[in-house]
Amino acid sequence: MEKITEWETVIGLEIHVQLSTASKIFSGSSTAVGAEPNSQASLVDLAMPGTLPVLNRGAVEKAILFGLAVNAEICQRSVFERKNYFYPDLPKGYQTTQLEAPIVGPGKVDIQLENGEKKVVRIHHAHLEEDAGKSLHEEFSDAQGRGMSGIDLNRAGTPLIEVVTEPDMRSPEEAVAFARKLHGIVTSLGICDGEMSQGSMRFDVNVSVRRKGDETLGTRTETKNLNSFRFMDAAIRQEVQRQIELIEDGGTVIQETRLYNGDTQASRSMRSKEDANDYRYFPCPDLLPVVVTDADIAALRATLPELPDAREARFIDSYQLSAYDAGLLAGNRFAAAYFETAAQHSGDAKLAANWVIGDISARLNAEDIAIEQCPVSAENLGQLIQRIKDGTVSSKIARQVFDACWQGEGSPDEVIAAKGLKQMSDTGELEKIVDQIIADNAEQVAAYQAAEGGKQKKMFGFFVGQAMKLTQGKANPQQINALLQQKLAP
Amino acid sequence: MHRKTLTELQAGLAAGDFSARELTEHFLKRIQSLDGELNSFITLTPEQALAQADAADQARAAGQAGPLNGLPLAHKDIFCTRGVRTSCGSRMLDNFISPYDATVVERLQAAGAVMLGKTNMDEFAMGSSNETSWYGPVRNPWDTGRVPGGSSGGSAAAVAARLVPAATGTDTGGSIRQPAALTGITGLKPTYGRVSRWGMIAFASSLDQAGPMATSAADCALLLQAMSGHDPRDSTSVNQPVDNYSATLDKPLTGLRIGVPEEFFPATLDDRIASTTRAALAELEKQGATLVSVRLPSVDLSVPAYYVIAPAEASSNLSRFDGVRYGYRCDDPADLEDMYKRSRSEGFGAEVKRRILVGTYALSHGYYDAYYLRAQKVRRLISNDFAAAFDNVDVIMGPTSPEQAFELGAKKDDPVTMYMADVFTIAVNLAGLPALSMPAGMIDGLPVGIQVIGNYFREAQILNVAHRFQQATNWHQKAPSFGETATAKGDA
Repeated sequence: MEKITEWETVIGLEIHVQLSTASKIFSGSSTAVGAEPNSQASLVDLAMPGTLPVLNRGAVEKAILFGLAVNAEICQRSVFERKNYFYPDLPKGYQTTQLEAPIVGPGKVDIQLENGEKKVVRIHHAHLEEDAGKSLHEEFSDAQGRGMSGIDLNRAGTPLIEVVTEPDMRSPEEAVAFARKLHGIVTSLGICDGEMSQGSMRFDVNVSVRRKGDETLGTRTETKNLNSFRFMDAAIRQEVQRQIELIEDGGTVIQETRLYNGDTQASRSMRSKEDANDYRYFPCPDLLPVVVTDADIAALRATLPELPDAREARFIDSYQLSAYDAGLLAGNRFAAAYFETAAQHSGDAKLAANWVIGDISARLNAEDIAIEQCPVSAENLGQLIQRIKDGTVSSKIARQVFDACWQGEGSPDEVIAAKGLKQMSDTGELEKIVDQIIADNAEQVAAYQAAEGGKQKKMFGFFVGQAMKLTQGKANPQQINALLQQKLAP
Repeated sequence: MHRKTLTELQAGLAAGDFSARELTEHFLKRIQSLDGELNSFITLTPEQALAQADAADQARAAGQAGPLNGLPLAHKDIFCTRGVRTSCGSRMLDNFISPYDATVVERLQAAGAVMLGKTNMDEFAMGSSNETSWYGPVRNPWDTGRVPGGSSGGSAAAVAARLVPAATGTDTGGSIRQPAALTGITGLKPTYGRVSRWGMIAFASSLDQAGPMATSAADCALLLQAMSGHDPRDSTSVNQPVDNYSATLDKPLTGLRIGVPEEFFPATLDDRIASTTRAALAELEKQGATLVSVRLPSVDLSVPAYYVIAPAEASSNLSRFDGVRYGYRCDDPADLEDMYKRSRSEGFGAEVKRRILVGTYALSHGYYDAYYLRAQKVRRLISNDFAAAFDNVDVIMGPTSPEQAFELGAKKDDPVTMYMADVFTIAVNLAGLPALSMPAGMIDGLPVGIQVIGNYFREAQILNVAHRFQQATNWHQKAPSFGETATAKGDA
């Protein structure tokens, strides 16, 4: 029998999205990050005896906005339940979450793949819950110098929605495309700050493999707490590889929870299904069912901002961007706003898009900053593009101007003036320079004139380089090219 | 002075017959000299009490006396009291000094009441005899060889012995009413949601309710007035106006329809308790009430349903006692697992562990539907039974407890028999209804209690019925002879 080597990957995601409410889901404590440990832990967050939760309606509204954005049914009578387990950063000994009646029912999200195809990823549900605190394992020891753990409950009670997808993704690329899309949706809605490195969005990936054509799903593993798209991609690839090798070697995949370490790029088993907790869910008797009326939903729907899909369509329509570029820009509401401002100030949407997707993204990524903190304002980018278009600077010099602007040396016009970067376009002046180059390089001129085809083309670059050197790059490249062609002709 | 009711003491303070300080000193002295034998208090707070009393006297002098100004009372040690140990009767919280006040504590203090201390109770309110307390059993002042009932046994015994004119209690399955019955006092469990649970250490959140314990219905009315009302810190607290409970106490009972369920008079019931109850009903009939036979067919299932739901909730509620942030932590834990296991094994007593185990089992995967969900269905049936009965009657009455105070240790090793002590009270908690217990007779020198159950938020009606009964009888005035000689010596 022929060995089947074709495998299919099946991926489902669970995404924890921290909701950007000012206070916690069941207490009045602040949700701000970065405070002294336990300085934002109230009696309720500390699970003091006798304390009771009071639901923050703002968290419910944000969850509903999410539901509306993914075309989901909103549960009009959702119920909080207790998920019971012991862990030091879980002060009550249970997490208040939703199980049987989550606030957001089935929905769907369209994703676009790099080959331009569209795909629907179904949302199984999204539920509201509270985040746990953090265990701190370093820097603590008792009087005898024995290691101890610290507990910081500032994060305990931060509202989350956990979004659970159907197993609809078939590759790491699809999973990442979905993750980026979801990031775009929640940040566009303003319900999450999207700061993945801070843990504002955390991904659990459920991965299984099966032979192509198989109807039944393979045994899945869950890799938890991935907090970057890159780690997610790498963790999925590695897990797919591990499972395929395991099965091809005659082994079987066991259902387990795994942890991926982004630094070592290795994953390990955390616990298998056999030693999984029995969480003993039951409805939380301290909280009433969350009742949402049609009027509540209508009022929230009226506040929905423009979402990535609508924005993408508008960018294609109004700015004539390609679907791919429009998708990239529309996904992040800050990038989208930046692009639109730059496009308006420059009068050239295509160039503005190229700059945002190209140079600016690269630079932001390299320096690990968000576009909201971009040192070059969208207005200044618009001005720079105008200077390219009106011939004041070449594209090459424009990058130099951009660098200076990034370093805080002023607006493009100020930088161009201060550094004397204005393009030399005076034909008379350029002609003198070309003449001088020909005079100073008789040998090269002779060789050039003797050469043919590709070799000659290559040698032409030498003269252009000399011209740029003499003008510190300010020579108008088109004019220099024309002059050199003309004067070097034998 | 300690023979007076809260209402009489209130009048005495208002008339200037004595000061709040004198009153407080009198009761503190009584507790100090007599409670050694009863063990009804876990913690006494004399300094704080005297300071509160002085503040009450000053407020009165300034014309700013609250409704309970200067009246001494005690809190069951399940209520969090700022700066004072709040043990819940458990070794687990023996070292716990609460950083905040429960709403009930806050409200009574705002009304001017003076807290003398914290009363003994079954550990985490789990028990019907007050024998599960880490601080030892409470004794019944009618016969110190007997239990006072539980779990609010400390409050009941202290009030019955006139060590304090009134106290707070909590009632999850009968924990106010059963000890009230066994010690001959009056205790009221309000409608679920009438009194805030904020700061009341949770046993079974969907059943727990705080209420007053005193020597008369009128006194309970006075206390309940201050305790009741919506509290935004408790989501299950109901936002509904509070009736004026004292205003309707004297309303004639003409036309009152009293439901008498045959399920509350089973063949196995002690004849003398049955006849005491019927005599009380006859007294109310004499005042113009009509007795109506009603059926509550599902109440037979209330004890098994309760012993699924209450332990299930408790198993989760008590998870926070893990030795991490406060409370008992074992010595030298080897690791986290060891710390959890030993802190909880050493910190909790046997009955608490039994219920955590039962509750954990009932919620476990594969058993949830068979136990927890079925119990919830039974709960709905019981509520429906009461709702149907209340279509035809105003209140429902019967005995509070199938038996009188029993001897210490008599049921210690037989939890199921102990659980049956609450057979008549539990259904009321499952339905969330208000109910009161008051003394209605004496058998063999021990009090017998009867129960008045009302419809939701009809506390005023229950208190009215109880008050009219107490106006016509003197069972509530009977006090045990406990401590009489000692008091004669010590009384000024």
